[in-house]
Amino acid sequence: MIKSKLRFVAVAVAGLTAAALAHADLTIGVSASLTGPTSALGIPTKNGIDLWPKTIAGEKVNVILLDDATDPTVAVKNTRRFITEDHVDVIVGSVATPVAAAMADVAAEGQTVQLMLSPVNLPEGRGGWSFRMPQSTAVMAIPIVEHWKKTGVKTYGFLGYSDAYGEAWLKDIQTAADKAGIKLIATERFARSDTSVTGQALKLMSANPDAILIAASGSGAAMPHKGLVERGYAKGKIYQTHGAATRDLMRVGGADVEGSFVSSGPAVVAPLLPDSNASKALGMKFMSEYEKAYGKGSANQFGAHAFDVVIVLEKAVPLAMKKGKPGTKEFRVALKEALETMGRTPVSQGVLNYTATDHFGFTPETGVLLKVVGGDWQVVQ
Amino acid sequence: MDFSIASILLLDGATNGAIYALLGLATVLIFAITRVIFIPQGEFVAYGALTLALLQLGRVPGTVYLLVVLALIAAVLDIVAGLRRGVPTNVVAMRALRSLVVPAVVLGLTLWAAPLKLPLMFQSLLTLAIVTPLGPLVYRLAYEKLADATVLVLLIVSVGVHFALTGLGLVFFGAEGFRNPSFWDARFSAGALTLSGQAVIIFMASIALILALFLFFERTLRGKALRATAVNRLGARLMGISTSGAGRLSFGLAAFMGALSGLLIGPTTTLFYDSGFLIGLKGFVAAIFGGLASYPAAAVGALFVGLLESFGSFYASSFKEVIVFTLIIPVLLWRSFQHGHGDDEE
Repeated sequence: MIKSKLRFVAVAVAGLTAAALAHADLTIGVSASLTGPTSALGIPTKNGIDLWPKTIAGEKVNVILLDDATDPTVAVKNTRRFITEDHVDVIVGSVATPVAAAMADVAAEGQTVQLMLSPVNLPEGRGGWSFRMPQSTAVMAIPIVEHWKKTGVKTYGFLGYSDAYGEAWLKDIQTAADKAGIKLIATERFARSDTSVTGQALKLMSANPDAILIAASGSGAAMPHKGLVERGYAKGKIYQTHGAATRDLMRVGGADVEGSFVSSGPAVVAPLLPDSNASKALGMKFMSEYEKAYGKGSANQFGAHAFDVVIVLEKAVPLAMKKGKPGTKEFRVALKEALETMGRTPVSQGVLNYTATDHFGFTPETGVLLKVVGGDWQVVQ
Repeated sequence: MDFSIASILLLDGATNGAIYALLGLATVLIFAITRVIFIPQGEFVAYGALTLALLQLGRVPGTVYLLVVLALIAAVLDIVAGLRRGVPTNVVAMRALRSLVVPAVVLGLTLWAAPLKLPLMFQSLLTLAIVTPLGPLVYRLAYEKLADATVLVLLIVSVGVHFALTGLGLVFFGAEGFRNPSFWDARFSAGALTLSGQAVIIFMASIALILALFLFFERTLRGKALRATAVNRLGARLMGISTSGAGRLSFGLAAFMGALSGLLIGPTTTLFYDSGFLIGLKGFVAAIFGGLASYPAAAVGALFVGLLESFGSFYASSFKEVIVFTLIIPVLLWRSFQHGHGDDEE
């Protein structure tokens, strides 16, 4: 086990100590899903947070990490606690889409910046204080649609989670593909806990699309993939989303995912990127730090998002400090303005450019299309 | 939909149905004998599949430590209870030691076998040896003292046990899913229909187990004792049948069936530490078909749930679970109209 570089304020004592600490240092409240259905995303995120430096922009950092058990109610409670008791300067989290979405309203009400670790789509007028660290599905759909255009795909089928992640992908891939004149001809859903996708696979096969996009995450993405291949669908025509861009896809999917395509952020494949890519150096730095602590091959996009939080804060905090000290309302307001005006910021997961109207921030140059070759990733140029 | 699609769906549904049948039978068995609605039945499925997955990786699964810890706690409780009742110290000590023999042997065997990556068959047997004794221990620690409580209290305990076992599953196996290697890679094709060797094994194992259970209840003294306990606890006790022994035995059987189900479906899908819950719940829906009392009705119900699920995922994949679980309502209505409002509560 690595030694935590951070000073974690234990849940039990946080209430007592936070008030004293809050006015001196930069306090960050993290709500992550360490248990529950998205713990697969939350645990690597926590691993990334454990590697955070002791100071950001010269300010001492206090991190209060709470588990939200992938439960929006718990996350909202955590967020309220961060704002009213701990007076945090920044809220980070959560990793699950519905959970992070629930936190957004509380963050806005408490006028505290929330750095979401999930690409949440919020309706107009909501989430004014929420910034996303992961790429939006719209940005990640770009490399897939570009590849479809290049390879002459005219129709596609969709097989996605019956949750917000699947919905977001369905909406964004449709927007991008419609523009390119590529038609969606079959839409099927499944859940991570399903034991088979035979019915969905048969229905997709009978529509016979030129390509099939699977919108799922982690090792949950392998089961539908194998299901399609077992029914005889060509491996080279199956596309996966960035939620599946982890080694678990190959570990569970084995030979059946060979030759398939995965849309991904740049961090996890940094060594494969051309030198011209803005994220290459940062991605390499993240990978070496993370793999030093957790072993070879352990680097993943969730740890990278945690890594990027520090890069963003390193740039925004000095700007905000000109208007107020951490722990004050002025600082929190200034931090929001700083994020919106700091301009193009390369991070390990792409290139950010937040504006007052765009809190997703990632520019179209962000996404990378990978191909599974010999049980490893290869960047599709 | 044409014939080939229908036949593929039929086969897929029947395969899943066979698993639900095992879990449904285990649920009925436990309820009939101990009146416990055993929600954590599915956890044994996940424990079985994932314990095997870790053994495959050459690691020592946490479930074996759980087994030892639970056995130690049970032994301590037994010693305390024995001494309080004035049983001689050496007798109490002997009993406690005897109860620790099996966990100790399993632990030793696992520690020795795990790094060797022995053949799949041996690892499967070891998995069964690890998970099956968990059943009686769970009964001993969570339910035995409450054996005379109401069904509702026992149900609440079940919810607690479910959360505890799921949480421990996350600790033991991590958040990512595993897929086990197939026991038999053969494939049989007939037109559009392909029958995998694994599906054949699932059918054979389910049928064999159901037959074995039938023989156990009909032909053996212990089986008859279990049935007697199910019919009338007090009467059984008066006849010299240990009701707590019957409870432990039924939980052991249930854990065995759960772990076996886990081994059977492990190669056909990706299983997570919390996958067992939904699978077990579908077994529970099947058990409801049998009014938590009839084994054949539960088996038929399980097959029906499997088919409904498979056809549901073809016609309306977004509503698959909704369809399966909504089914409980008409079944309950039908059962309550048919049987009136007899309250089984003693």
